[in-house]
Amino acid sequence: MSKYADLLKLPDARGHFGKYGGRFVSETLSFALEQLDEQYRRLSADPDFQAEFDRDLALYVGRPSPLYPAERWSQHLGGAQIWLKREDLNHTGAHKVNNTIGQALLAKYSGKPRVIAETGAGQHGVATATVAARLGLKCQVYMGADDVQRQSPNVYRMKLLGAEVIPVESGSKTLKDAMNEALRDWVTNVDDTFYIIGTVAGPHPYPQLVRDFNAVAGREARRQSLEQIGRLPDALIACVGGGSNALGLFHPFLTDDEVAMYGVEAGGDGLETGRHAAPLNAGRPGVLHGNRTYLMEDAAGQIIETHSISAGLDYPGVGPEHSYLKDIGRVQYEVATDKEVMEAFQDLCYFEGIIPALESSHALAYAKKLAQTMKPDQHLVVNLSGRGDKDIMTVAAMQGISL
Amino acid sequence: MSRIQKTFAQLKKEGRKALIPFVTAGDPAPEQTVAIMHALVEAGADILELGVPFSDPMADGPVIQKACERALKKGTTTLDVFQLVTEFRKKDQTTPVVLMGYLNPIEALGYDTFVKAAAMAGIDGVLVVDLPPEEAEEFADLLKGQEMDSVFLLAPTTTLERARKIAAAGSGYLYYVSLKGVTGSATLDIPAVAEKLNEFAGITDLPLAVGFGIRDGQTARALAEVSDGVIVGSALVSQIAELADQPEKIVPRLQEVLGEMRQALDA
Ligand SMILES: Cc1ncc(COP(=O)(O)O)c(C=O)c1O
Repeated sequence: MSKYADLLKLPDARGHFGKYGGRFVSETLSFALEQLDEQYRRLSADPDFQAEFDRDLALYVGRPSPLYPAERWSQHLGGAQIWLKREDLNHTGAHKVNNTIGQALLAKYSGKPRVIAETGAGQHGVATATVAARLGLKCQVYMGADDVQRQSPNVYRMKLLGAEVIPVESGSKTLKDAMNEALRDWVTNVDDTFYIIGTVAGPHPYPQLVRDFNAVAGREARRQSLEQIGRLPDALIACVGGGSNALGLFHPFLTDDEVAMYGVEAGGDGLETGRHAAPLNAGRPGVLHGNRTYLMEDAAGQIIETHSISAGLDYPGVGPEHSYLKDIGRVQYEVATDKEVMEAFQDLCYFEGIIPALESSHALAYAKKLAQTMKPDQHLVVNLSGRGDKDIMTVAAMQGISL
Repeated sequence: MSRIQKTFAQLKKEGRKALIPFVTAGDPAPEQTVAIMHALVEAGADILELGVPFSDPMADGPVIQKACERALKKGTTTLDVFQLVTEFRKKDQTTPVVLMGYLNPIEALGYDTFVKAAAMAGIDGVLVVDLPPEEAEEFADLLKGQEMDSVFLLAPTTTLERARKIAAAGSGYLYYVSLKGVTGSATLDIPAVAEKLNEFAGITDLPLAVGFGIRDGQTARALAEVSDGVIVGSALVSQIAELADQPEKIVPRLQEVLGEMRQALDA
């Protein structure tokens, strides 16, 4: 039996992963979260709900996504065989839609006519706007004013899909501030609004349900590995912002003790510079956005600004389950710097004809390092969580090119 | 009997309602805070709520968010807040002071250190906005050990069953959030507040104070009639914001605004 068998029982009834997680919210939201918890418990055990979710994933998202062997790149690196879980091929171009399909169904069953979301890179905002359009729900998306600038193609996509994008001018004008503002909206409009959180963070039951909806990728990858490799892979790698694509891949493998797992945080200019977004590597436990988890904070407990080339990882916290997995040593958490990320981004374009998201390029950057220490008969599965179309402006600017 | 209990007992005897102003410590600068506290007491405050600045005040509207930003820009830390209350206590040993803030700066200090320092500074109660009773046991026990009160929130969405649990965990008073929204919102529905307060009054002996969205004497008065006291925050903090670069005008302006509320309550 796996020494990690107990991990599958988490979170406990009150949303705790060890000392992490929980429900740290002001009183007004308690009732809505209790209701959501109750509703999710009921629906997640309901075969009809599961069938509807699976059908949407197949017919609308285009699942299953392939497990693709990046042969030319692997050969070039001269180490392990790298496989890419192609979440970039999902409708809307990232893993985020797995979760928004699920939460939009919850919204539908709750009868609430309006959904809100926070977004960093804009991928979760686009995925929310998409499902809202399909279900005829009113949709407003909070986005840090800085991110509105650096992810302008996604801002326009959301508008095309009928959503309203609200730039957030407070604080550091990035993802954490968008989440503050979304929580403020939810407190105000809790009767008629469903809050679609975009990652495995927030108050219980969000970390649990976002993980469960994303776990479809891990279940597929596990099955595909057995079929295509003939065994389980030696290691899994995924980038970690809030951590939803990582947990989606990791969770179905947690009790496969022989499978190593690596979460890759945004190293920005390097951990030693302090300009990064790597709470698991360089932060400490605290409480933000409704849960206890590792955070980037100063000595007085104020949340500090993060830095990453990728808007989707520019967040000072991380899902509470990752904090627990770190402490018990089930998952190793690494960093990739902006520079390493750019190199991996270019590698994938050049060797495989795939333009990856900058977020996913963090996982690629670490895969590149790890593969080179391994043998050709070993196998790595990397979550290619999204495609990079949204990032071409940023990359061009880094190369000194104006489009 | 705690200072908070004494205050409510005395008010009850006199047939008056508590007036509880809120300001953020360190806004517009830490040097102003003690003078502002004394001025508020002079203008009729029965209890003071002092905000502990936090970088991400999720339950607050723009007015108090900006107050936090001003205070943090001046370097105000939680330890500074204790220092300010210590200073205040040199001249005022009777007015209860309740800290209101968010959990993370408290966790950064450590519960034990926070609670001991708060007690030494002469603080009477603590309200942690994002610490509901389910998660508060350890912290509330520590406060109790130092004879400080745990003030909890009740909201329009709180069921009676939950309210019973909250009332059992709380002490000093209960803070009823008058509306669904953040601080400084403007959509007060007084009959709805009255109805909810009536329900809650049936399940607890603790005093019920109402806050969020109280801007003028008339509203304060209407809400005081259905509660044991009113909390006024953004209406004061917005005055501080307006006068942040003419600090000498802050005290008289706050006294004017709060004085009007006091008159309305006592009339
Ligand atoms: C493509 C892509 N990958 C990863 C992330 C990071 O989120 P998470 O860590 O929750 O997977 C984002 C967020 O915007 C994203 O767009």
